[in-house]
Amino acid sequence: MKVLKCHVGVGPKVRGEALVADDNFSARYDLDRIKGVFSRPQHKLAGQSYKDRILVLNTAKGGVASAWMLHEMKLRGVTPKAILFNEANTILVQGAALADLTMCDRFADGDVTRLIKTGDQIEIDPQAGEVRIL
Amino acid sequence: MLIMNLNDEEKAMLAGEMGSARQWAIDHQIKVGNFFDATDMVPVSQAHMMADPESVGEAGVDFMEGMVRAEAKVCIPMITDPRGVDLNYYRPLGQTEDMATIERRFVAACESMGIMMTNTCVNYQTIMPPLLGDHVAYGDTGVVIYSNSVCGARSNFEGGPSALAAGLTGRTPRYGLHLDARRQATKRFNVSQQPQELTDWGVLGAVIGRLAGSYWEVPVIEGIEKVPTSDEIKHFGAAMASYGSTPLFHIVGITPEAPTLDAVGGNSLPSQKISDDDLQALRANFGTKGEKPDVVVFAAPQLSLVEMATVSRLVAGQSLKLPMIVCTSPQVYADARRMGLIDTIENSGAKVLEGTCFYNQYAREIGEANGWVNLLSNSAKIVNILGGYGYRPALASMQDCVNAAIEGEIV
Repeated sequence: MKVLKCHVGVGPKVRGEALVADDNFSARYDLDRIKGVFSRPQHKLAGQSYKDRILVLNTAKGGVASAWMLHEMKLRGVTPKAILFNEANTILVQGAALADLTMCDRFADGDVTRLIKTGDQIEIDPQAGEVRIL
Repeated sequence: MLIMNLNDEEKAMLAGEMGSARQWAIDHQIKVGNFFDATDMVPVSQAHMMADPESVGEAGVDFMEGMVRAEAKVCIPMITDPRGVDLNYYRPLGQTEDMATIERRFVAACESMGIMMTNTCVNYQTIMPPLLGDHVAYGDTGVVIYSNSVCGARSNFEGGPSALAAGLTGRTPRYGLHLDARRQATKRFNVSQQPQELTDWGVLGAVIGRLAGSYWEVPVIEGIEKVPTSDEIKHFGAAMASYGSTPLFHIVGITPEAPTLDAVGGNSLPSQKISDDDLQALRANFGTKGEKPDVVVFAAPQLSLVEMATVSRLVAGQSLKLPMIVCTSPQVYADARRMGLIDTIENSGAKVLEGTCFYNQYAREIGEANGWVNLLSNSAKIVNILGGYGYRPALASMQDCVNAAIEGEIV
C-alpha cells in the first residue's frame, strides 16, 4: 500500500476505483450529465462513464456553473465518487462543499495523474490530507 | 475540522444561534476557506449570484426553497446574473413549460430572501460598480474579471452556492484574490497590434487567457496605447476569463493597480509577445466569409446601452433575412425601450431578450428546437462556449454580423 500526502480537502472519507487522465475538468463542457459519461470529443476520457469512479485529473476549468452542477449530479445519483486534482479552482471546491463530494488537490509527490493509474483501488481521507493506493 | 479564526458573530452563526440558513452558509464558507488556507473571513459589500435554471436544476431549486423555509434573508445587497428564461418570451424560442416552472420557482425563492433580481452580467456598467479595494463576492467570470481588473475590487470566482453563502453571512473566506500577494502579476505579455473594435478586444483577451491557462495566473499586459472604452475592456476580460478561467489582469498605465509594471511585480517576469499570427490563429477556429449562419447573436456579455444604440443604428430601416437575438439587462432594456431603440431593432425582425444571456438559456435545446447550428456572433466568449453545445460558431465584428443578417450570409 502506498500513501500519498495532499492538502486537506472537502467531503467524506471514500474508497473506490480510479479513472485517470492528464486532462482538465468542467461539468458544463465535458460531461453528458444525464448519461454520466464524458461527452466532449476532445477530452481524453471521452465516452467513459464517471459514475461512482474516483476521477484523477489535472485542473478545473470553465465558468461558475459547475458549482451548482455537482450538487445537481449528486442528488440524481450520477456523480463521481470523488475528484482528485493537481490543482482545483474555487468553483469546483465550492460545488464539492455544497454537494458533500470528496475533493482533494496539491499532492506532495508531484503529478497525481502519474502517481495513480486507472483501475487502482484508492481510499481518500480528505481531513487527513491522505490518499492510499490499496 | 476548524482551522480558520472566527470572531464571536461567526461562532454564533456556526452554532446555529442566527438560524439554520446562516449556519449552513458559514459552515460552507469554512469548508471552502480551509481548502484554500484562509485564516479568517473578510466582510464583503455585495454579492452577485449566477444560477441559471439549466445548471441549478430541480435539485438546486429544492435547495433554495429549503433556504426559504429556514427563513433565510440576505444581509448585504445581493444581485443576480442573467436568468435562463425570459418569462415574456420563451415559447417562441422552443423553451418548455418545465423550464419556465423551474425559473419561476427559483425567482420566487430569491425574492423571498431579499435578493434583488437584477439579472445582469454587466452590473459594473449598470447597478453599482465596486471601488478600488472593495471586497465583494461575485459570480459570473466576466463580472469578476472586470471588477477585479478594471475597478480594482477584490473577488474570487464565487459559484452560486458560495455567493449565496456570502449574501447570508455578509463575508467570505479571505483567500485568493482577497490577498495582495495573489494579485501580483505572474505572466507578462507585450501587445504590438492595437485592437480596433469590440471583437478585436475579445480576440486579444482570448489569446492571453489561453496562454495564461489557470485560475491562479495573473497576466500583466504592456503595449496598449489607447485607453479602451468600458465595452471594449468588457469584451477583453470576458473572453480572457472564458478561455483561461482567469479572474484578474493588469494593463500597464490603464488599470488601477498597474500604474507601472513594477507596481504589480512585473519587472522580473520574462515578456511574451502577442503576434498577429497568434490573433489570426484564434480567429481561424471560427467561420468566415461566404458561410450562411442560421442565427446571429449579440450577447455574452449582455449589451450596454451604448452597444444597443449601435445595433439600433446598424439595423435601422433594414429587413433582416436571418433571425437575430440581442440580450441585454432589464435596466438597459427599459432605457432602450424609452429611447425607441428596442422598436428600431425589433422592426428589422430581430428580437431583444430581457435579463437573459443566450448561452445560459438552455442553448442546446433552443438550438435543436429552431434548427440553429451555424451561429454568428461578435463575442469571442460566446463562440468559445457554444462549440460545446452542438453549434458551429463563427466570429465577426458587430457591423459584419449585422451585414450578414441583412444579406443572409457572411459578407
